[in-house]
Amino acid sequence: MAGRFKVAIVGSGPAGLSAAARAAALGMSHVLLEKTDHLSDTIFKYQKGKHVMATPSNLVLRSDIDFEAGKRETILGRWDEQIAGHKVNVKIHAEVAKVEGEKGAFSIHLRNGEVVEAEAIVLAIGTQGNPNKLRCPGADSPIIQYQLDDPGEYYDEHITVVGSGDAGIENALGLAADPAQRNVVTILNRSADFARAKGANVKLLEEAERDGRVIVRRETTPAEVRDSELLLDTRDGQEAIRCDRIIARTGSQPPRGFVEAMGIEFSSPEPGAFPKLSPVFETTKPGIHVIGALAGYPLIKHCMNQGYDVIEFLNGNHDLKPADEPILAEKFAQLPGNRSVEQWLEVFGKNVLILADLSTLQLRELMLDSTCHAYEPGEVIFRRNDPGSSMFAIAEGSVAVEVNPADPSITVPIEQGSIFGEVGLISGRRRGATIRAAEPVIALELSRTAALKLLATSPGAARVVNAISIERQLLQMFGSGLTKQDVAPLVESAEVMQARAGQVIVTEGADDKDVFIVRRGSMIVEKQIGERPVFLSYLPAGSYFGEMAVIDGSARTATVKAAIKSEVIRLPGEGFLALLEKNPALRTRALKDMAGRRATNEFIESRKDSFSGAVDLYSETAAFLVDNGIGEATDVLLIDEKLCIGCDNCEKACADSHDGLSRLDREAGRTYAHLHVPTSCRHCEHPHCMADCPPNAIKRGPDGEVFIDETCIGCGNCQRNCPYGVIRMDAKPPNKPSLLHWMLFGKGPGPGEASYSWRKKEAEKEGGQKAKQAIKCDMCSGIDGGPACVRACPTGAAIRVSPDKFLTFTKLTEDAE
Amino acid sequence: MATRAGGTGRYAQDEKRRDSDHVSFLKHRRFRWLWIALALSVTCILGYVMIDQQPRPNGGSWYGYTLGTIGFALIIWLSLLGVRKRRINPGAWSLKAWTSAHVYLGLSLIVIGTLHTGFQIGWNVHTLAYVLMLLVIVTGIYGVIVYATLPASLSANRKEMTRAQMLEALTAIGRQLETAAQPLDRAEADLVIAALSQDVFAGGALARLTGRYPGCATARALGGMGTRSEGEQRVVALLEKRAEQLSQIRGALRIRALLEVWLFIHIPLTIALIAALTAHVISVFFYW
Ligand SMILES: Cc1cc2nc3c(=O)[nH]c(=O)nc-3n(C[C@H](O)[C@H](O)[C@H](O)COP(=O)(O)OP(=O)(O)OC[C@H]3O[C@@H](n4cnc5c(N)ncnc54)[C@H](O)[C@@H]3O)c2cc1C
Ligand code: HEM
Ligand code: SF4
Ligand code: SF4
Ligand code: SF4
Repeated sequence: MAGRFKVAIVGSGPAGLSAAARAAALGMSHVLLEKTDHLSDTIFKYQKGKHVMATPSNLVLRSDIDFEAGKRETILGRWDEQIAGHKVNVKIHAEVAKVEGEKGAFSIHLRNGEVVEAEAIVLAIGTQGNPNKLRCPGADSPIIQYQLDDPGEYYDEHITVVGSGDAGIENALGLAADPAQRNVVTILNRSADFARAKGANVKLLEEAERDGRVIVRRETTPAEVRDSELLLDTRDGQEAIRCDRIIARTGSQPPRGFVEAMGIEFSSPEPGAFPKLSPVFETTKPGIHVIGALAGYPLIKHCMNQGYDVIEFLNGNHDLKPADEPILAEKFAQLPGNRSVEQWLEVFGKNVLILADLSTLQLRELMLDSTCHAYEPGEVIFRRNDPGSSMFAIAEGSVAVEVNPADPSITVPIEQGSIFGEVGLISGRRRGATIRAAEPVIALELSRTAALKLLATSPGAARVVNAISIERQLLQMFGSGLTKQDVAPLVESAEVMQARAGQVIVTEGADDKDVFIVRRGSMIVEKQIGERPVFLSYLPAGSYFGEMAVIDGSARTATVKAAIKSEVIRLPGEGFLALLEKNPALRTRALKDMAGRRATNEFIESRKDSFSGAVDLYSETAAFLVDNGIGEATDVLLIDEKLCIGCDNCEKACADSHDGLSRLDREAGRTYAHLHVPTSCRHCEHPHCMADCPPNAIKRGPDGEVFIDETCIGCGNCQRNCPYGVIRMDAKPPNKPSLLHWMLFGKGPGPGEASYSWRKKEAEKEGGQKAKQAIKCDMCSGIDGGPACVRACPTGAAIRVSPDKFLTFTKLTEDAE
Repeated sequence: MATRAGGTGRYAQDEKRRDSDHVSFLKHRRFRWLWIALALSVTCILGYVMIDQQPRPNGGSWYGYTLGTIGFALIIWLSLLGVRKRRINPGAWSLKAWTSAHVYLGLSLIVIGTLHTGFQIGWNVHTLAYVLMLLVIVTGIYGVIVYATLPASLSANRKEMTRAQMLEALTAIGRQLETAAQPLDRAEADLVIAALSQDVFAGGALARLTGRYPGCATARALGGMGTRSEGEQRVVALLEKRAEQLSQIRGALRIRALLEVWLFIHIPLTIALIAALTAHVISVFFYW
């Protein structure tokens, strides 16, 4: 054993490398433990030749090793060199399996049985986790691998792929693609069908099976791995097949369990939570520090800076200012009062209720993703119907909410320390009221990502926001005249319920008596007429339902179920009735709403007798649209195929309005009753694509569009997360010759997206293709006249609609011709 | 950022779009351009009847010049649709509105142009321009008819498949056929090979427009294939699948050809019309 190190750094990604390099530079005794046989496995696994980006550009890099944007190979090569140059003590093939002991005397057990002793530990293992191993004897055999970089590498082998997801299928197809490689490829599936994979992949696999290119074994699992042989458990007993190589693609375990086993607490049980950390990255287990992606900082620059910082802290340097100091200073510079970064952090941290639980480190990070504002008295902060999913917190001063759109003089105050804008955050919909500063105001605007992260990591903040949002939602929905005191009993008894897509909230004919508010997501209302359910209406977030049965004591007249994953607030019927008793104006309004809804329902029911074809069409089309994501859309492109002549002018106009790449695929997508939903962004209320974007490059713009800004690093996460497949990864092509040049002299590729070969050829003339970034529809943001696809359609086939306006009987049955 | 007060002012525009009814170019704005074109035509007819043109109504009278100028301006404007269609920015206009106006104002040229001639027809460049104009209009009318009637069948034929998917499906069947044809005898194998090596797009313009492909090697292979052995039956089944897939592709090609073919006359004739029109105008001024 090499004695006890001062620090053991686990994981050699950018975070771990930078920490190790700092320790080496300081002459601190250290060891860098890496599981694989090379440094920085996550980056090692990027696609060959990937352009790695160095965002955020305004953050200075503080590290003993260099990093700037460039090709994967260049960056890895430079790191290998510099790590050797710094004489870093690297130990590869050193996977940490278990950590025992306390601060000052940790024993780190490696998978191979070795034990490393260290006083402190820096965990920089990223978020990749470990691939699931085969659960059978021989699972440690060297013929098993968990990744396939280049299927073209293998010749004349018998290869078995284990795993029936997309990764497994794609690997099997890749290995069998070229018959000249003469591989015998088998894929094992534990069940009879490939339910976890994409339909397209399954089709390709079945085709390959029919052609005899891949052997597919269903209801089969590995029983034992032997030398160049694999024993299988099949439905008809055991069977051995020849096998030179096994590719195991059975998913991976996130590292959380491994980390928690060391005694490290996470901030909440939510999947998005990170370990609780002190300002010096120390976890709840003294002596163990967490940095990098595992700490919630997925960008390479952040990782490297933290590697440097954590070693400085361990070395006793407590005056070190974090590298983000200048960025924060710049943010605060525009606020009045000439206060220092520390003073401002204190103002925000102390005054704002929802920030009370945060450590300084968390507060600083939150500030980076947020904007600080100073408002003069009377200044508008946002207006009713502005799009916006950010949340505001008041650090100093107070604001006034214009609760009655008809009369701006009626306002309700929101005081210092509280929040506003949370309805937009939760519902994903436009602002419900105009808000002005009532006195000089210092406010913090948390971007949607920052706010969601805060709610996921601070249970205290989540509780506060929840209570406030229910109260405000009630006040906002039931209009003016109500006070906090009026709704207090209802808020008290309210309960938030999650609903998955399709979950029934209210059942026709039942006699329960609750009122519900759609807080997030949307609902569809259906009624059984004759044999089949008929679609009555669509309820967006911010509407309420269930009041009919409460007011007139009848049984439920229709079924209400979630169109997409939603949240509803359940209010007990008596409480709602009591509120109506006390407020005649509110009662009148509720009765009016109810009469309106009843009229719609009766209209559709009456039609059902005389025009049952039209009602069926309406009902089925609405159901089809909801199935295709319209229920969560804010603005979506539809094509009426009774008008579409297939000219593709919509796609061409899209490309010509956006750097020469089209963001829509007109032909792809589903069609029902001639209504076609092309592959194009729906601008979801809660965009799935935003979930996991390292630089937070996906935002909602001023016209409600979801767009990707230039800080995209091209990681492809959003493409995987969008359920509608609308994001493509591509390089911005060079400019085309002008339209006039094309019309007169035939120069260039003409209107629309240029062919791939043209783009490639032209880009090479300019010194190579640009880096691939994520691109998608931005609703022609900033272009006067609005979306080009709609404007460019000669026949009127292309329309863009929003669900609350389009999912109505008249719109769905109108004849466009 | 997202929440700054004010926005870009596109909200009102976007809301109008989301609120608007969904109508085709023919019905655009409750037939606004139809009414304008009708009004224009009726005014021209009334003028023709009521104004005393000396020595006789034709292009040479002052009223004739007026009609000629209107007609010339309209034709130039109508021709600019070709540019408009390909230049979407800048400007808050819609191609649907332009097409709507194009169709109805284009039709009004029948009235304006005819009145401009004063019903004097002869073998000269003036009449050539008139006839070319009528031909452009006739092809345009064909265009409107197919635009109104064919899209539904294009959609029905597609069955949610893209063009690329149709070709992929054909290639997939082809691969299966290749393997399945191994046990066949020489003559039958040759039929399959001929079917597979025939280009999907072979057959020329006529076949494409009519949807009839007399030289189809797949049909021939189906005709010449026996059904005795299991191998043959499998090949026949696959050939039938291939024929079905081909007929979908050909259906799509046919409908698209019918939707586009007229533009191959409409546009060149427009160019010829502008040439003839220029000659017509120059000659008129030359003899003036
Ligand atoms: C496709 C893709 C593209 C990206 N592009 C960019 C980009 O252009 N710019 C950018 O800034 N960011 C990019 N990112 C994000 C960035 O790569 C990661 O967030 C970053 O690598 C995280 O660094 P890390 O040091 O925290 O962990 P990692 O880089 O994940 O490194 C962790 C290391 O720890 C090792 N390890 C794990 N467990 C153990 C164990 N038990 N014992 C020992 N060793 C262990 C692993 O083998 C690995 O080498 C991209 C991410 C992806 C997936
Ligand atoms: C003399 C009169 C006319 C001229 C000079 C003219 C010229 C043109 C031109 C240049 C185009 C552009 C084609 C392209 O670039 O794709 C066009 C398109 C078209 N024209 Fe005409 N046209 C005339 C009359 C008409 C009439 C009378 C009709 C209908 C009744 C008509 C119907 C159309 C249609 C439907 C289009 C296609 C629009 C599209 O698909 O974008 N045209 N015309
Ligand atoms: S990219 Fe996908 S997930 Fe994101 S807003 Fe558009 S449709 Fe929704
Ligand atoms: S590819 Fe998508 S998720 Fe990745 S950085 Fe770009 S926008 Fe964000
Ligand atoms: S522009 Fe209109 S008619 Fe042309 S392909 Fe697009 S939707 Fe169809």
